[in-house]
Amino acid sequence: MSLREVGAVTGVGETAYSRDSGRSVLALQLEASLNAIRDAGLDPKDIDGIIPYAGAVVAEDFVTNFGIPDLRFSATTPLGGASCVAGIQAALAAIKAGICRHVLLPIGRNGSSGGRIGMRVQQMPQFRVVGEFEMPLGAIAPAQLYAPMARRHMELYGTTSRQLGEIAVSTRGNAILHGNAMMTRPMTIDDHQASRMISDPLRLLDCSLESDGGAAIVVSGAEYARDLRKRPVYVTGIAEGHPDSPSAITQRPDMTRLGLAKAAPKAFAMAGVTPADIDVAEIYDCFTYIVLCQLEDIGFCKKGEGGPFVESGAIRLGGKLPINTHGGLLSQAHVVGMNHVVELVRQLRGEAGPVQVTDAEIGLVTGYGDMGDGSVAIMRGG
Amino acid sequence: MTNDSYDKPMPEPTPDSAPYWAGLQQHKLLLQKCAGCGRIRHYPRPMCDACYSTDVTWVEAAGRGKVHSWTITHHAFVPGFRDELPYVLATVDLEEGVRMNAQLRGADPVSLRIGLPVRVDYERAREGLTLPILRAEG
Ligand SMILES: [Zn+2]
Repeated sequence: MSLREVGAVTGVGETAYSRDSGRSVLALQLEASLNAIRDAGLDPKDIDGIIPYAGAVVAEDFVTNFGIPDLRFSATTPLGGASCVAGIQAALAAIKAGICRHVLLPIGRNGSSGGRIGMRVQQMPQFRVVGEFEMPLGAIAPAQLYAPMARRHMELYGTTSRQLGEIAVSTRGNAILHGNAMMTRPMTIDDHQASRMISDPLRLLDCSLESDGGAAIVVSGAEYARDLRKRPVYVTGIAEGHPDSPSAITQRPDMTRLGLAKAAPKAFAMAGVTPADIDVAEIYDCFTYIVLCQLEDIGFCKKGEGGPFVESGAIRLGGKLPINTHGGLLSQAHVVGMNHVVELVRQLRGEAGPVQVTDAEIGLVTGYGDMGDGSVAIMRGG
Repeated sequence: MTNDSYDKPMPEPTPDSAPYWAGLQQHKLLLQKCAGCGRIRHYPRPMCDACYSTDVTWVEAAGRGKVHSWTITHHAFVPGFRDELPYVLATVDLEEGVRMNAQLRGADPVSLRIGLPVRVDYERAREGLTLPILRAEG
């Protein structure tokens, strides 16, 4: 049995994205979830599996607010920003086991009004090791913890800040075209180069946003997906990967390889396709460098060639591999990458409007989180 | 928590790491050495991933290493570091085969490179807490 026969994304939904919604995380997630469930043509009471993002909201909150009569499966996939795509894998496993039919994957946060992301990490268990041994020295925020990976890549391969800037600039252009994005002003490479240094080599415009908003998807068993409202988008390959020394980048044998490097070959083998077959990719972009490193770890270019690859214009709309057509975490909103999944599904349904990639049939979406966990899904329109 | 003005993150030593922190107080960089197979590991943790032994001895590192990578921080993510900006955080390959992370003091940013020789030094952060720092060798 191929993975394609297991399940599909049948519904996607979002809220508007803003700096300060004044709404609770749960209210944001319920709105996004209801949009996703209705997009699928389902009723909330049809949901029998829930994989919430580990944190403020639990499956019981959805049972209560949606009046779900018989929730049969709940789990979390605590991989930070790799959680959403890893959650799809968990949903498919539960569906394959015959436990449930329609799994809701909601996420939402008030990153702007509810406490800054850079500060919250100290309380998270996956940051316990750096919390004890590195934060007291002044290595506190993700920008500081990840910057040495980027610096080493630059020293080994000649990667430049301008090349990272190309990722920020092209992503901004997509956000402006897309419409539902927090950032609406054009950005040039000069703007990127003039933005203040946060933790060298990462500048302000290499960093993602703090956002309020929600996004959600419904993953359904293949036999239930066919007769729903929208064309199903089948998941044909999926994998998660954890890097060596997953809790401390400092101790990682090769600082320029992420967990995704282990996951990607498995997902491609499962889907029976190669990187050259991918028409559009939504790449988790908490920082520009993390995008560049993932492009290499997936195999869109060789290790060390990410800089020239992005500089060539390959990742722009109309390029060889358009990425982050919605504006990503850098310019649309930081909802931990569920917005990447939503956008990929719309691309493969042909619903992406002004950012639609022509004839997009096969797409890829990644997650990246904590100190380097990775997840990747390959999808295909039905 | 004491009532003083120290506003930087504080380590919370565990039974696995307490000797490491106590060593820094005595200006020694102590590393765990597996009593089962002899492998040196860092950061301190309960188990050897090669032989699964939980028995360790603690060995004093020579305190010499080479820069593996670094970042220069220009933004204070907590107020306690504001007066130190900009500061260099270096990841260093120690002679013992493990890495450490610490602020590198007194190095000209343009001199930073992979392989730059450094040595470990110690700095009293507050009562009961000494942190490792790095200085460029030579
Ligand atoms: Zn051992």
